Parts: sequence; C-alpha cells; structure tokens
Amino acid sequence: MDGIPIKTFTVGSKLLALYALASFEDSVFVVIPKSGERDTFQLVSVKLTKAAGQDLEAKELSVVLDGVDASPKCIAFGREGEYVASVKEVNLQVYFFKRKQLNRFSVSAMKTKSGKNHFMCIACHPTEDCIATGHADGKIRLWRNFHHKKEYTFSTLHWHHDTVMDLAFSLQGSSLLSGGVESVIVLWRNESERQRDFLPRLGSAIEYISVSPDGTLCCTLHTDNRITIINSNLRFSRSIQGLIKSTNVKTGLVVDPRTKALVLNGEPGHLQFYCLQSDQQLFSLDIVQRQYIHQAGLNQTDLVKVAFSAQGEWLATVEEREEVTDPELQLKLWFYDEETQSFKLNTRISMPHEDHITDMCFRDIDEVEDESLILVTTGSDCVFKVWVMVEDTDPEAQQSVSWSCDFVGSYHNYQATNCCFSEDGSLLAVSFEETVTVWDSVTWDLKCTFCYSPGKIRNICFGRLTCSKYLIGATDHGFLCCWNLLTCALEWSAYLNVVVLQPDPLSEHIAAISWLSKDSSLFVFKPNEPRPIYIQRNFCKEKIQLAVFVPREEPETIGSAKYLWLRRSQLFFLTATQELITLSTKSLEERLTPSSKQLAVEESLPVTPFSLLLGKHRRHQSQEDIDLGKLVVRNKPEQDSPAVKELLHTPAHVLPSASFLCPVFINSLLISKENPSAEEVADEVEMESEKTEADSDEERDVTEMEQEDTSPVELLGEITCKLSKSQEKELRKLRKMDYSWISAF
Amino acid sequence: MATYKPVVVQAFPRLGERITQDTLYWRGYKTPVQIKEFGAVNKIDFSPVSPYNYAVTASSRIHIYGRYSQEPIKTFSRFKDAAYGATYRDDGNLLVAGSEEGSIRLFDISGRAPLRQFDGHAKPVHVVGFLSDKYRIFSGADDYSSNLWDIPSATEIVSYSEHNDYVRCGCASKVNADVFITGSYDHTVKLFDARRKSSVMTIEHGHPVESVLLFPSGGLLVSAGGRYVKVWDVLKGGQLLVSLKNHHKTVTCLCLNSSGQRLLSGSLDRHVKIYSTTSYKVVHSFSYATSILSLALSPEDETIVIGMTNGVLNVKHRKPEERKVKSQKKRQPTYRTYVKGRTYMPKQEDFCVSKPVKRVLRKYDKLLKSFQSSKALDAVLEPPIRLYSPEVTVAVMQELHRRGTLRSALAGRDEKQVNLLLTFVARRVIEPRFTSVLVTVADIITDIYQPVVGQSAIVDRQFLRLQEAIGKEIDYQEELLEVLGMMDALFATFTKKRATYLEENRKEEER
Repeated sequence: MDGIPIKTFTVGSKLLALYALASFEDSVFVVIPKSGERDTFQLVSVKLTKAAGQDLEAKELSVVLDGVDASPKCIAFGREGEYVASVKEVNLQVYFFKRKQLNRFSVSAMKTKSGKNHFMCIACHPTEDCIATGHADGKIRLWRNFHHKKEYTFSTLHWHHDTVMDLAFSLQGSSLLSGGVESVIVLWRNESERQRDFLPRLGSAIEYISVSPDGTLCCTLHTDNRITIINSNLRFSRSIQGLIKSTNVKTGLVVDPRTKALVLNGEPGHLQFYCLQSDQQLFSLDIVQRQYIHQAGLNQTDLVKVAFSAQGEWLATVEEREEVTDPELQLKLWFYDEETQSFKLNTRISMPHEDHITDMCFRDIDEVEDESLILVTTGSDCVFKVWVMVEDTDPEAQQSVSWSCDFVGSYHNYQATNCCFSEDGSLLAVSFEETVTVWDSVTWDLKCTFCYSPGKIRNICFGRLTCSKYLIGATDHGFLCCWNLLTCALEWSAYLNVVVLQPDPLSEHIAAISWLSKDSSLFVFKPNEPRPIYIQRNFCKEKIQLAVFVPREEPETIGSAKYLWLRRSQLFFLTATQELITLSTKSLEERLTPSSKQLAVEESLPVTPFSLLLGKHRRHQSQEDIDLGKLVVRNKPEQDSPAVKELLHTPAHVLPSASFLCPVFINSLLISKENPSAEEVADEVEMESEKTEADSDEERDVTEMEQEDTSPVELLGEITCKLSKSQEKELRKLRKMDYSWISAF
Repeated sequence: MATYKPVVVQAFPRLGERITQDTLYWRGYKTPVQIKEFGAVNKIDFSPVSPYNYAVTASSRIHIYGRYSQEPIKTFSRFKDAAYGATYRDDGNLLVAGSEEGSIRLFDISGRAPLRQFDGHAKPVHVVGFLSDKYRIFSGADDYSSNLWDIPSATEIVSYSEHNDYVRCGCASKVNADVFITGSYDHTVKLFDARRKSSVMTIEHGHPVESVLLFPSGGLLVSAGGRYVKVWDVLKGGQLLVSLKNHHKTVTCLCLNSSGQRLLSGSLDRHVKIYSTTSYKVVHSFSYATSILSLALSPEDETIVIGMTNGVLNVKHRKPEERKVKSQKKRQPTYRTYVKGRTYMPKQEDFCVSKPVKRVLRKYDKLLKSFQSSKALDAVLEPPIRLYSPEVTVAVMQELHRRGTLRSALAGRDEKQVNLLLTFVARRVIEPRFTSVLVTVADIITDIYQPVVGQSAIVDRQFLRLQEAIGKEIDYQEELLEVLGMMDALFATFTKKRATYLEENRKEEER
C-alpha cells in the first residue's frame, strides 16, 4: 500500500458514490447525476477497460437503476452481487442482475408521532436474501422474500427514537449494527427484538458504520469529525480525532498559555485543547459535568465563554442554558492542579448575571502575584462585575481561596458588551452599546468615556508595548476608531466593516478582519499609524468568525518585510463552516510535507551506493556552511529536495523512465548560490502535491490561499523588473548551470 | 467514550454563623439554672480549690453555692447593709468582703462569725482582695482611697488616696505579692507597690473604670469602662495594646477562662462576649435576659455563673463529654483479609488482569441512566431524601426538566402521590435556592391536575396551602422592597448632607 494511483479512469460527470464488488471484476458502480435533470440521480455501472496507459477514459456506461438517492447509504448490493437495492423516500427498489428484474416496494407515507417513516439507509445481508432498511422514525425493517412482487414480508425492529443513520451487517450476518442521533451503537442479534446489546455514549451522532473485512472491528464516523473504532464484542477500542467540530463555537478561539494549544468548544459541554503542531486533541475538559442527552429540541447547557489568566493558572468558564423565562447561567473558576496536571474546579457561581454574559477577561499581568488576579464579566443585564480572589481565613476550609464579587459597575443602563484590560492592568475599558468607558482598576472610578459613531461597539482592544496609549474600537456601522488615552481624543478612524479585531499579545500589531460582500479581508496595523502594514484582500470566500494569534515557540526568521509582523506569533482564523486557516510565510514545499513525514522519509532511506553518495554530498555541504559561519543563505529546497526524495522513495514500478528522471536529479544536485527560480520551485511543488495525500483540509486551504500571492515571483519581478521575460529566462538558465560541483572532484 | 455522569447536586454554602471550634466549645453547656437572689448580684467568686464552690454577693448577704446545688450551702448574713465583692483567698479557706457601712469583714468559710473586721474606710467599700502572699488585704472605697491591711493584726498598713473618684474595682498580681491595681470612676487605673508610698503607674482609660483584670503572667492588664475594653502592656509602661468596642452599653465585668486563651466581658447590654487573647477578635457571644453585673468562670470552664441586675443568678454547667460508645456492630473481617495479596509482586510471566473500578450509583441515577423518569422522581420523593436532603429532589427535578421529561414524570399520579408532591412544593417553593425549579414544577402540576380539582379534598387543601405560601412570600418580598426603598432614601439624604457639610467646612477654612 504505497498510495500511488495505478490507473485513472475519467467518467465525465460528477461521481457521488462508488461501489466495487468482488463478483463484478471488470466494472464498478457509480452514482451520477442524471443529465438534463436537476436533483435526479442514477446508478450506472462503468466498464473498466484493460487498455494500457495511465489515464483512460471510461466510456461504457450502462444505467442500472434510475431515480436513486445521492447518498451512498441508500444503495446496497446483496449477497454475491446478485441484486442491488436502493431506497428513496418511501420507495424501495430491488434489481436482480441475472433475471434483469426490478421489484418495487413502498411503505405507506404515514406520519407517526415520532416523525415520517421515510427510508434513510439500507444494508444487505451478506449470505441470505435479506435487506435491512433504516427509517426516519427510528424503525428498522427487515425485508425478506422480495423476489416476489406481492408475497414479500418484513419484520420491524424498533429501539431508536430518532432517525436511523446507518446500518451494517456483521461478517456472517448474524448480527446487525445500527446507529443514529442517540450516539448509541445497537447490536441486534439474530434479527430479534429481544436480543440486543448497546454501546452508549459515543460522544456525538453516528453518521456511518462500517465493519472490517475480517469482522473483528467496526468503526463509526461521527458528526463531530471523529472516528471511533469498536471491537466486535462492543468494547470501545480507540478513537481517531483531530479538531472536534462543534455546532457553534461560542467560546471563541483562545490560546492556553501553558500548552500553547488552541482552546475552543469541543464535544457538547466540553472544552477541547487542540495542539496545532501535531493536529491532535491534547485533552477534552468536561466543564458542564452533566449527562448530555442526544435528542433534538432539548435546551442543553453549553459553554459560551472561556478565559485564561496570563500564566494559565486559572481558567474561567461560563455555561448557559436557554430557558423560556431567563437563561440559566454558571460561572466556574478552575485552578490548574500541578499534581494531576489538569484543571480542578475551585468556585462555582450560579447566576453571576441576570442575563447573558457578553464578555469576560482576566487582568493579566505577568509580574504581579496571583493574589491580585481580577476577573471582569460583562452582561446584557447592563452591568459589569468585578470578581476577586478571597482568601479563606477558616483553617478548616477545604480550599484556601475562592472568588467573590467585588464591584458592580454600570453606565446609564446600557448593555455592557465588551471588556478589555490595558497591558499594565491599570485601566479597564468596558463598552456599553455605543460608548466606551474607561475605569481605574484600583478604585473602580469612571475615568473617561469615548463615543464616536453611529452604531454599537463591536470590539475593543488596547494597544500594546509602544502603542499602549491607544484604545481601538470597531463599531457595527463599519468604523474602526483609535482613541488616544493621554489626550482623550480620537486619533484616527477608518471606514471598515470589522468583524474580528485581534491584538497580537507579543507585539504592537493588531489584526482586523473585515467582511465586505462575500469576501473576507485581513488588515494588520499598528495603532500609532492609521496606514495598515499588511493587507490581504479577499483571502477567504467565507465569513471569518474568529481569529487568534498563537505565539511561536521561537521567533521565526522571516526574509520578507511584508511578513515581519508574523515573526513572533502565527495568526489563525476560524470560518463559519469551522475550517481552521492560517497565514504561512514558509515556502510551499516545506509546508506540504509535515515534519513527521519528513523524518520518516529520512529514516527510510535505503542504504545504497546512491544514498551514500548523497549523504557524503550533504555532509560536505553542511560542513561548508559551518565554515562560512552560516553567512551563506542555504538553499533549502536543494538540501532536501522533494525530487530526490521521491526518486529514492517511490517504488520502481511506478517511476517514469530513467531518461526523464535524470535531468531532474542532476539539477537537484547542483549547488546554486542564489535562490532557485520560481519555475523550479513550482515544478517540484506540483510533483509533490500530486503525491501527497496526507495533507488535511486546512492545509489545502492554505495552499490555495498562498498561491494567490506567491511571493518569490513577486520578489523576482521586483529585482529584474526592467528585463523582458525571455531575457529573464535566459539569465535564469545561466544561473542554473552552475558547475561548481566539478571542483569537488 | 464517556461514562454516565451522575446528577450534580448543587451544594449551597451554609447559612448563618460559621461553626468554629470556639462555637462548638462554648455551646457545650446545658440549659442554664436560674437562682433568684435578694438583690443585684455585684460579685461572684469561685473558690480556687475543689470542689469549686462559689460565693455570690448580693444585697446584704453572701451565699456560698456548691457545684450543682441550687440552694446555698452556706450564708454569711452579718451585714447591716449591702455587702460587696466577696473574694476567696488562694487556698479557699478565707473569704473577705466589703460593705456599705465601710468596714471590711474576713470570714473563715467553715465558721459563721467574721474572724476579723477592718475599719478605717469612711465610705462603702466596693472592692477587696487578698494579695498573693495571703497575709495582706487590699481594698478600695468610695472615699477615693485604697488601703492595704494586715490580716493577723487587723491593722492598716498603708493608705493611698490618689484617686479622685470612687474606687470600684481592683485586682492583685499573682506574680508579685506587693503589687495590686485599682480602677476608679476618675477614668484611671493605678498600679500600686506596697513597698512604695505612692502609685507606680497610672493608666488613662478614658471612661469610668468598672472592672480590671491582670493576666496570670502579670504582663498584661485589661480594663473595662464605658463601652470599651482596653488591654495594656504593663511591662512597656502602660502602653495601650488594643481597644475593643464590641458592646453597646457599659461593660461591667471581665473574666479570663482557665487556660488564659479567652477573655470574657459582660455588659449592661445583656451580652457576654468572648475574645481570643491572641487576635482580640470576638469568637463567640452569649446573650441574656437582663443586664449583666458580674460574671465568673469556674476552673476548667466547668460552670459559667452570671449575676444580673434583677437579682437573678444564671448558672450554666458544661455538658459531660460524650463518650464514644463502643458498640459491637458487625464483625468486621480480620485485618488479614484486607492485606492478603496486596503486597504480591507479579512475576514476569504472570498475566495481570486489572479489575475495573465499580462505581456505585444512587438509585435515582440508575433510573435516570435508563431514562425511567417517573421512577427516578418516585425515588427522590422517598421520605429520607425528601425530608433531609431536599436539594437532591430538586436537582433531579431540574435534570428531568432539562431532559424535557418533567411533565410526563409528574403526570399520571394518584391522590396520595399528588398530595406528597404538593406538600413538598408548598413547603420548599419559598426557599430561594429552590424557587426557580419549584415554580416550574408547581406550574406543571397545576396545568396537569387542573381538571381534577374539586375531586379530592386532600389535594384541594394542598393547592390552597401552596397558594397561601406563595401569597405570603409575595407580601414579604413587597415589604422588603419597601424597606430597601426607605433605606435608599435615608442613605441618599445622608450622603447629600455629608457632602454639603464638607463643603461648608471648606468654605469656613477658606475664610
């Protein structure tokens, strides 16, 4: 299994589902949209010709079933490929290949108490003539004797209270697995109502179920972007998960100061700590601590706000449950326990505000001791509250500190919407609808108010470092304002519909993301000058919901002045469809091979005379580098060029002819003193990207985004702007022909 | 994969005063015994030797009470007018008392007639006491003088007339046989040394001094007068250590407990406050029916005796310490059973089978786990849970509401169960911590059982009770709001006045 395509067949239309059967060796079945009609699909069999060549066109299509559902769950092939069954709405059709007979059955479209009884999914028994169908009202029907149009029978299994999402028979067909919104796997034995087993609380709704070919494992795919592997005796084995998708990221993107992990809503009621480097979930912290009932239409408690103190010692969370009268709120404060290496609940405050909590922040000062920690919450009940840590004097109390309310502030009975502390913690800015108020954080006196604008304040933040005398605010009506705190006057304002305003914790830069008719644009600026230092227009078609600066572990060396603001931290965005996007400054190929994979390639180099030669060459080069005191900018692509890697790594039977490979290889061995030409890079990248499979969605997004502004091309263009294109090519060729390697001999 | 999470029962902070070691200790007294005396009790003194009898001076008599006797075991009544300040000697054999007519009498506690009589004061003698060498007596009188007497010869040794008002309290040092202090209505406390001709130290208390006390170490002096109790460091030349203002009427008496760790003060405001002598904070307080004049604590704090202005003597005895009853409950398995196999180290070829930890779920949790809402509600309406931990019942109701099954769990109940439910709701709905949930429950119950109202007298009565409870609560809240409004108005006027007052002051200063 090397993951390299052997042949490619082009069918010529959109493929929605694909089925390959052992009994049909020379053809596959695909679901394609019916030409000419919208939203009608058909199942066709595609004849795979055995002609030579890599790219072939599959032209022989024959329609098997018409009017099928687009979902791959709605078609199943029976025992040894004798028949195919398909369901759509209230109809079941079975086509027998040998007899070329089509039988149609339907259930009466009645509305029961729990909903419609539409077909949702289908599965066929592997050894007997039996079809299992799942319905929207939670019933499973087992169809038999469907060779006859009239004398068919079916039996019903009912446990699910909501839609049956997927069905799967075990290898021998003795048991049937079903799953649905309840996130419970049900194992039906011997097709009887009574004998069933459950594996409950799998985390979120089950979307697909599949059984491994040897029958020992089954796995479920969940709606929250996770795969669970389960033993055949219904024991949880393990789960594969990256970024958990939650219905609504209300908490925003927060960075845990301790682990530098991205923190956001995970499973319902949980907080996920997602490691950006390894694309793994570090852990999931249960905040709500209540049993989650997987049922539609219930008002469940959910996590809405999260804040970390500067050192990561304290975590504040707000959970909320919508009620008819007023929301049920809880503010929880968690303390990081070094012993257990996790957060421990310290204080729980019921109903901290009478209405929704709109914002929350800690006064984060690095130098000051923990005793002066302050938490501010703002609420729609027109007040902001200041919470402080109190030491418990009673020696018998279980914990020495707890939190209590210290101050309640309000401003003309306006709703408090945002809050923010200045960098030194001396000032607190709270926005009340259209007004920004600034408070002294020691005496809690109102210092001054700022008001600009038609429109309510959407975001506020203080400038940092050299710009700490500025306060930035963004309003609903599309204005970005910057006030000077020393003169208490408006410094500048800009017309920009800012959705997200995010200051970098390690520099003066502030990122503003605007949403202008279908496109998101990024502006990076320093508060002391109204002119942005970086603009990236239309980098995403979707609306960006959230953004965050994640500090880098070590400052990166960035050549281009354009990206200097990304030196100390990296910017991440979350779109409305929950895709995580980042801006990268690295060249394309470095990014495309994840670090772990690079390592693997390195290790798996076979010891051949060729590789020894390569190793020698490399060592030589690195020595040279050391000699020169690293003054020479090393040409990275050359050192671990994907071309070389591919050459050494790709199995021989899929390699192109040697004559084709030679120039690529020789070129890659050449040491050029300058940057490689853009062409070459692009070449390699193409080769790489074709073969790299492992890159996840987000990375693909990055590529797309990055390709829009390929910086090397621009740079080169600036340098040799006076030369024509052909001259440029000539020059580049000359540069490439560097024969310094001869001197090595 | 997650396991079932039990229902979270909200823990609420306990209301009322916090229970500390001190409250437990000082609450450990039986209900008081009241003894009626003939007049205001001006002095109570415990005998320093077992069986710790105590002398009570009231009107013209001195009664000696035994530890548990309600009748005096002995009475000294040879006074023509009121007797004052009967005090035991260190060995418990002699008793000395002052009197209205100005003479001091010394009694042997086994005899009846006075052994000695010391005449010399022209006015009533309110305070007398033994010096710690046992052979001398000090006294303070309303003629502003304080004298020192020799017992064997019954003569006056020295007379100090340094106070310029009545001398009403005094105390002898236990460390030095020559040192005693007196407190006077001239707002001063004076320290005398019998070897000197005049007072050694004068402390300004600032109010007429009602009581003084020296710590057993002799280093600290406590004086009470007016509303203040003040502690002075004698060794630092009478420096004020701390001033306590916890009473709102004159403090009349002071007393230390046996360990010297707590200071008690009684006052005309009917309270006894107990202070810690390390932090000088009030750790506990008692309240009594009438103003307190005198107070004494027996050795080992076994008995607290309080004398009041109306002549009632209030005696509290300590409860005997509860001994742990050794009951042979159930034969436990032997120790060997527990340690068996615990120390066994697995060998290399052994397979280790770890036993999964079994989590014990409560009954209602088990039922909730299997989605049996009605039965879960039944389980928490069982008497022990319903009566003693209503928060569990309410938490389960809330959980059912969250799951959307509260209505079906409440429906379909018979008369007895509805009665039970309504009793619970009517009783608990006014508790603020339960109100939000129980109001919903009451709503649903009324919705469901509206059609059957009038069919059962019991259920109807419960509905009326619920209505009454809610009506009362509403009235109560309204009243509270009114009070709040009044207070707000008062505060507003107060701050305004103060602001104008300050402004006026400033204007005057400017002038």
